[in-house]
Amino acid sequence: MARAARTSSFIVISVTPAISLRGVVKRFGDITAVNGLDLEVEPGICFGLLGPNGAGKSTTMRLLTAQAIADEGEISVLGFTLPGESKAARMEMGVCPQLDNLDVELTTRQTLNVFARLYRVPRAEREAAIDRALTIAKLHDRADTKTSELSGGMRRRLLIGRALVHQPQLVLLDEPTVGLDPQVRQELWTLIDGLRSDGVTVLMSTHYIEEAERLADTVAVMAEGKIVAQGHPTELVREHAGEEVIEVYGPPLRLTEVTEHAQSRGWITRRSGPAVAILRAETLDGQAPDGERRAATLEDAFVVLTGQEIN
Amino acid sequence: MNVAAETRRELPNKKVRRLDPAAIVGVMSRDINLFRKFWKATTFSSIVEPTIYLLAFGFGFGGLVASVNGVDYIEYVGTGVVASAALFSSVFAGMFNTFIRREFQRTYDALLAAPVSVEELVTAEVLWISCRAGIYCMAPLFVAIAFGLDPLWGIMLVPFVGFITGWGFASFGVLISAMAKSIDNFNYVTSAIITPLFLLAGTFFPINELPPAIEWLAQFNPLYHCVQLVRDLVIFGLGWIDLVHLAALLLFAVVMWRLAIWRQTKQLID
Repeated sequence: MARAARTSSFIVISVTPAISLRGVVKRFGDITAVNGLDLEVEPGICFGLLGPNGAGKSTTMRLLTAQAIADEGEISVLGFTLPGESKAARMEMGVCPQLDNLDVELTTRQTLNVFARLYRVPRAEREAAIDRALTIAKLHDRADTKTSELSGGMRRRLLIGRALVHQPQLVLLDEPTVGLDPQVRQELWTLIDGLRSDGVTVLMSTHYIEEAERLADTVAVMAEGKIVAQGHPTELVREHAGEEVIEVYGPPLRLTEVTEHAQSRGWITRRSGPAVAILRAETLDGQAPDGERRAATLEDAFVVLTGQEIN
Repeated sequence: MNVAAETRRELPNKKVRRLDPAAIVGVMSRDINLFRKFWKATTFSSIVEPTIYLLAFGFGFGGLVASVNGVDYIEYVGTGVVASAALFSSVFAGMFNTFIRREFQRTYDALLAAPVSVEELVTAEVLWISCRAGIYCMAPLFVAIAFGLDPLWGIMLVPFVGFITGWGFASFGVLISAMAKSIDNFNYVTSAIITPLFLLAGTFFPINELPPAIEWLAQFNPLYHCVQLVRDLVIFGLGWIDLVHLAALLLFAVVMWRLAIWRQTKQLID
C-alpha cells in the first residue's frame, strides 16, 4: 500500500488492489515496450492510463490478460498471480479491445451467447445475461443483425456489452472511443461512468486527454513503457503545469524569439499549434510577455511529462 | 454496492481447470453457429469431391481393373476414398479457418481475453472439425453401397476412424497455419505434402505396386492406416494388424494435436 499512499491523496483502504504490476518489463526483440512498469489500481475506481501512441498502453493491457507474458516483474489481477492464475482472473474480467475483433459472421445475440458461455454464465442465467448486455449496448432492436452490418458506434457498444455480459468486477477498456464521432463518444462516456457507479473497477487506456479528464478518478501518464506521473487529473495539472498558462500568438519568428527568451529565464514552454504557451504563468510576477491567459489543462501537464504534443 | 471493494479470492461456482469442457463447448458453439449458415457449402464440397474421385476412378479404372485383392474395384476405391474424405474435410479447415480467424478476423484474440486457453481453443477447433470429418467420411460408402457394396457390420465404426483421422489432419492443418507466414504458403504444403499423402495411401491402387522405397515410406502415411482400417471394417473383417493401424492413427492424432497447440501458443501469446 506504500505506493498507493505516495501517489494518491485518497484515503488508503487496506484491500487487495484490483491490479498490481511491479517492475514489469516486456520486450519484443530489440524494442522494450514496457520498461519497469509499477502500477496499482484500487478496486472500484476508474483508472485512466494516458499516453501517446507507442507508450506501451496496449502491451500493458495484453499483459493483464496474459496474452503477453512479462519478461520481468510481477503482475497480479484481482488477487490472482499472472500468468499462472490468469484464467481465474479472466473469469472476473471483461475486455474491450482497441481493434474491433467481433465475429463478423455472427449476429449480436449469437456473439453475446458465445461469450456468456465462455465466461461460464450458468445456462439458467444466460438469457437474462444476454438481455442485460443488449440493454447496456442499446442493441435490442439489432439483436439478430449480423455484426458486420452494424455501424461503427454500434459495434463499439457491442464490444463493451460483450465485455460486460458476465457482470465482471474489472473491465479493461483499450482506447474505447478511438475513431468514433463525438456524439458516440459521449454515449460511451456515459456508459463507462455508469460502470464505475456500479462499483466495477475500470482500467481505461486512452490518448484522448479529455476522456481521461472526464472519466478517470486517477490518471497515470505513461511514456516509453513506464509511468511518469500519477494522480487525480487536477492534481497532475497543478503539479506539472501550474495554475495558469500564457499563450503568445504571432508569426513563427516571434514565437521562436519568445521561446528563446522564456528558456533563458528558465520558464517552461510548449508549442501549441500557432502559439507558444508559457506554463506556470502565476509564478512569473508580471514579467511574462503579453498574451492570453488561460487555466492550465491536463494537456499542458501531459506535454510537459511526455515531451510529446497531442494532436 | 461494495462487491468490487472486497476482491474475492475464491470463485466457488466457477472452477478453473485445464481443458475445461465449458470453454471447449463455448468455442465450439461459435463454430456451430457459423456452421448453421455454411453447412450447405461445406457439406457439398466435402461430399461431392470424394464422390467424384470415387466415380471417376471407379468407372474409369473399373473398366480396366475388374478387381483388386479379390474385391470389385469400385468397392476397393469406395472404401479407400473414405480416407480422402476425412483428409479433405479436415486439413483445409484446419489450415484456412484458423489462419483467417487468427490473422484477419482476430477472433482468437477476443476468445483468449476470455477465460479460454490456447490449448482449449485449439482443442475445440480440432474437435469440431473431426466430428464433421467422422460424418462426411461416410459419404463415399453410401455411394459404393448404391453400386453394390455389401458392407460388414464394422461399417458402424467407420465414423470413429474418420474422427481420429480427421483429428490428426485438422491438428496438422492448425500446425501449418501457425507456421505459415502468409496464406500463400499453404500452396507448398498442399503440393508437397497433402497431394502425395492423398495419392500414396492405397486409396486407388495397392501400395505394394509402388517401388519398394516408396512402399516403405507409404507405411508412415497416416492415411494408409486409415484406408486399411476402413477396408478391414467394411470388407475383409478385422485382424490383429488393425491394432497397428489404429495405434498409428492415434499416435499421429495426439502428436499433431500437441504440436498444433505448441505452435499456436507461440503465435497467439506474445
